[in-house]
Amino acid sequence: MTTTNGHEGCALVTGASRGIGAAVAAALAEDGWPVGIGYRSDEAGARRVAEAITAAGGTAAPVAGDVADPEAAPRIFDELEERFGPVLVLVNNAGVRADGLAVQLEDDEWQRVLDTNLSAAFRLTRRAVGTMVRKRFGRVVNIASVVGPKANAGQANYAASKAGLIGFTRTVAVEVARRGVTVNAVAPGFIETDMTEDLPAGVLDAVPARRAGRPEDVAACVRFLASPQAAYVTGTTLTVDGGLSA
Amino acid sequence: MPATVTAEQVETVVYDALVELGPTRDQLTRDATFESLDVDSLDLAELSQVVEEHFGVRLKGDDVAKIKTVGDALDLIIARAA
Repeated sequence: MTTTNGHEGCALVTGASRGIGAAVAAALAEDGWPVGIGYRSDEAGARRVAEAITAAGGTAAPVAGDVADPEAAPRIFDELEERFGPVLVLVNNAGVRADGLAVQLEDDEWQRVLDTNLSAAFRLTRRAVGTMVRKRFGRVVNIASVVGPKANAGQANYAASKAGLIGFTRTVAVEVARRGVTVNAVAPGFIETDMTEDLPAGVLDAVPARRAGRPEDVAACVRFLASPQAAYVTGTTLTVDGGLSA
Repeated sequence: MPATVTAEQVETVVYDALVELGPTRDQLTRDATFESLDVDSLDLAELSQVVEEHFGVRLKGDDVAKIKTVGDALDLIIARAA
């Protein structure tokens, strides 16, 4: 379908039934993209996000699939392409944590985090970029983290996945830059979501802004990177952390 | 996908796809190297998608790395499609 921003296609945001993904989906819908609300198990949440977007005058549809499953990417894309046309904006946001000191991490805790946070982003990006290259337009935004470039005890698996995601982002960016396709990462710090609700209160003392970020703070950055104004921005990581990494 | 793929069909699809990527039709000969045509690895990845759509033949990264000329590409696709 032709979007209200003139493109023939849509956006896909993984892990969009709540938190950062939900805010990103709403922001992209405001920019005229029909948005696929990717979710694994929270169907009710994904429906609420889609309904809120529709109520605000946008277009959105929940799309189910566990991105850690290698079979999921083709299914998600086929469903979305049939409904809205090619995916021209991909936001790899789905992420999981399984914390523990490296010395105590189980193999499956390592693998589960790498599968969802890194391998899934690879498979979804591979599928999306093939089409984007031929359309001579595309935007991939990978939601990384300040953890990865920076250490965080108890998150060796998460840090490895997010550091890997940043390296992946840079490399794909240079491979496809001459086709009008940009690939960037956004690295949030402490953002108030379900994923961070168990963090100790004192952790915010380390943040120069003295507050946690909001999902909308991250969404604004993704929205910029997906916009026409960011056409010359590629291979970079935009940090959104209230100064934590500065 | 046609039941039997002919060399002419492959040549037509490959030449049409290559023209989309930059070279002119009169530059396209079997002996022309992709380097001389300024067709790079991303162009060949794009060509691979077109070939897969038309003939169901999947060219992997290491296949593409081995082909140097237009003739190499045609021969490989025809052999795989047979």
